[in-house]
Amino acid sequence: MSQWPAAAVSKFKPLLFAAGLFPFARWIWLGFHDGLSANPIEFLTRSSGTWALVCLLVTLLITPMRRLLGQPALVRLRRPCGLFAFFYGALHFVAWVWWDRGLDIDSMLQDIWERPFITAGFAAFACMTALALTSTQWAMRKLGRRWQMLHRLVYLIGILAVVHLWWHKAGKNDFEQPLIYGAILAVLLGWRLVLRFK
Amino acid sequence: MLIRKTGREPSPSEITPEGVWQSRREWMARAAMIAAATGVPAWASRRAFAQDAGALPGAPSPSYSVMDKPTEWKDITTYNNYYEFGVDKDEPSKYAGKLQTRPWTVSVEGEVLHPQTFDIDTLLKLAPMEERVYRLRCVEGWSMVIPWVGYSLSNLLKQVEPTGNAKYVEFTTVAQRENMPGLRYPVLDWPYVEALRLDEAMHPLAMLVFGLYGKVLPNQNGAPLRLAVPWKYGFKSAKSLVRIRLVEQQPTSSWMQAAANEYGFYANVNPDVSHPRWSQATERRIGEGGFFTPKRKTVIFNGYADQVASLYQGMDLRANY
Repeated sequence: MSQWPAAAVSKFKPLLFAAGLFPFARWIWLGFHDGLSANPIEFLTRSSGTWALVCLLVTLLITPMRRLLGQPALVRLRRPCGLFAFFYGALHFVAWVWWDRGLDIDSMLQDIWERPFITAGFAAFACMTALALTSTQWAMRKLGRRWQMLHRLVYLIGILAVVHLWWHKAGKNDFEQPLIYGAILAVLLGWRLVLRFK
Repeated sequence: MLIRKTGREPSPSEITPEGVWQSRREWMARAAMIAAATGVPAWASRRAFAQDAGALPGAPSPSYSVMDKPTEWKDITTYNNYYEFGVDKDEPSKYAGKLQTRPWTVSVEGEVLHPQTFDIDTLLKLAPMEERVYRLRCVEGWSMVIPWVGYSLSNLLKQVEPTGNAKYVEFTTVAQRENMPGLRYPVLDWPYVEALRLDEAMHPLAMLVFGLYGKVLPNQNGAPLRLAVPWKYGFKSAKSLVRIRLVEQQPTSSWMQAAANEYGFYANVNPDVSHPRWSQATERRIGEGGFFTPKRKTVIFNGYADQVASLYQGMDLRANY
């Protein structure tokens, strides 16, 4: 298979953008059709977290796809995917700050300190913010070699996100979702490990 | 003109006493007012209404009712924790239709002078039905205001006469393998078991519930009969009861067995005692306001301190969570 030129891959960006906005559009549609359940705040909080994790896993899928399909130009889609993960992660974070903690700084700090699952989620979001802020061409040039080292944090973010979901669901011994997401993450990270030590 | 005899006179039990009839009129007028105020017509045609199993009115009981605005029928009947039908809030309303609620008996046994198995139809007539608007605070941090129909649990316990050895009351919930998909998952050790201290169970606020909003209790809310213990977290109010056992030793509830460090025997609503994984200081009142409405402050004993605080006098509520 011939290699796709970078410009051709970039043509898919509008499509990717539309796909990335689908969850957001879905919430609005559900909002107008009485579809956000009896507890819309809980629904939106959980849904934003789910989509942040989905976008993160898609981001982590880009590199294996590049290698398996022999299409390095696919890297052009990686940053938008990562930024969508950050977008839904940020909404998830704001849902916690605003709806769950009522904008009360003390109660946020207490929550991060007291609840391990919040600690994990907060750490993941803090790392994600660092990556989003250094996602520009300018930051890449400026950081040089260190950029790639910094952005390896994405692996840790993936693990923290699954741990966050795992601990959240542990209260009901309901591990279906964390097992599915965890298994996908394990494959994506395992593939990298195998490649490294081959 | 000949009036043919039907061959069967109505038995006295089938004739509605005038007082009940009158209170029914009052209830209907009240219900119509609530309906108009809460926009019932908008949700009347929706899914949850398909579970309508008939009327079960109760005489309004102002002394046992709070003034808070009742949560809408649709929210009460589609946002449920009833793990035997699945752990997600929308699963009970989807899957509870298969639950068999007839025939139904409740065995009341243990440390009692007159152990007895009650038929549901007997229980429905054991005491006059009252409508009481109770607060419900879930341990997860949300709350509702619910017009239950039923009577004080003490009415039933008095019938069987607890012995001097009876210190606790244990409640066992139904486990219909073929009708309850959640039983396939070992979330808890089925069947679900809850318990109260005898004096808690005898408190007039501890209610045996058969109806909701003047209708027969929908399955997802614990048909055909459940508890409502409004000063405790919702999980104490066991649903679909099949056995009530009076015992001398403190029983181990399902949640104590699953996570003793997170769920204690008492589980009284208390904003000052955090769940190990989250604070209990505030709660989200379901259906209240919009996206900008802040959470409510949770109140000790869910606002029922005047009635029940004396039950716990001298007890360390932090140790007895």
